[in-house]
Amino acid sequence: MSVRIQRDDFDIGAECDALTGQNRNIGALVTFLGLVRGNDDLIALTLEHYPGMTEREISRHIAAANARWPLLGATVIHRIGRLVPGDRIVFVGVVSSHRKAAFEVGEFLMDYLKTRAPFWKREDRVSGTVWVEAKSSDEDAADRWNAR
Amino acid sequence: MKLLYFAWVRQKIGRSDEEMKLPDGVATISELLLMLHARGGGYAEAFAEPWRLRAARNQEHVPFDAIIGGDDEIAFFPPVTGG
Repeated sequence: MSVRIQRDDFDIGAECDALTGQNRNIGALVTFLGLVRGNDDLIALTLEHYPGMTEREISRHIAAANARWPLLGATVIHRIGRLVPGDRIVFVGVVSSHRKAAFEVGEFLMDYLKTRAPFWKREDRVSGTVWVEAKSSDEDAADRWNAR
Repeated sequence: MKLLYFAWVRQKIGRSDEEMKLPDGVATISELLLMLHARGGGYAEAFAEPWRLRAARNQEHVPFDAIIGGDDEIAFFPPVTGG
């Protein structure tokens, strides 16, 4: 299990290779890649986080996933600092013996990352600078995991 | 105790962290928030709308009625927007 918060970009192929390694029990690798969407008049995003709490919060959710699904490994990478439209911002990779668990854990981790991991986005737009507001639809997405 | 501020809370207050002795009569996050609000200026602005804020105690999310102690690290921030 690996959690990394970094300014630098990452190589998805290398991350996938690291996740699978030599483990022949792995039958499924599911990845999610989040990109900075260039809608409206967005110039750049600046991401700030709470060092220490971010890693703890994500690790806690990986542990929760590990207790609930037959997980064989997971990597979460989140970038901070200034990013422009098209940049990679977040990577979640999950390996399991079968696809169902891998798909579910990928979604579970992303839903919690959106609502619990202490990151904040500031948008530099042509019209000015604004802090992104949290969306209730993201809360709903995370809450559905409790109902199951 | 150590206080940390993030995103627009940090911007309004004008600092990212500070050390403080837990004042008498302050036992919960809510009471701390009211005390900070009463400082006026950027603090009054940052804490004017508590429903727009979230808190963490020792790097874990907590509700506003959570009990706090003199050695705690308390953070105030807006709802998170990562991912």
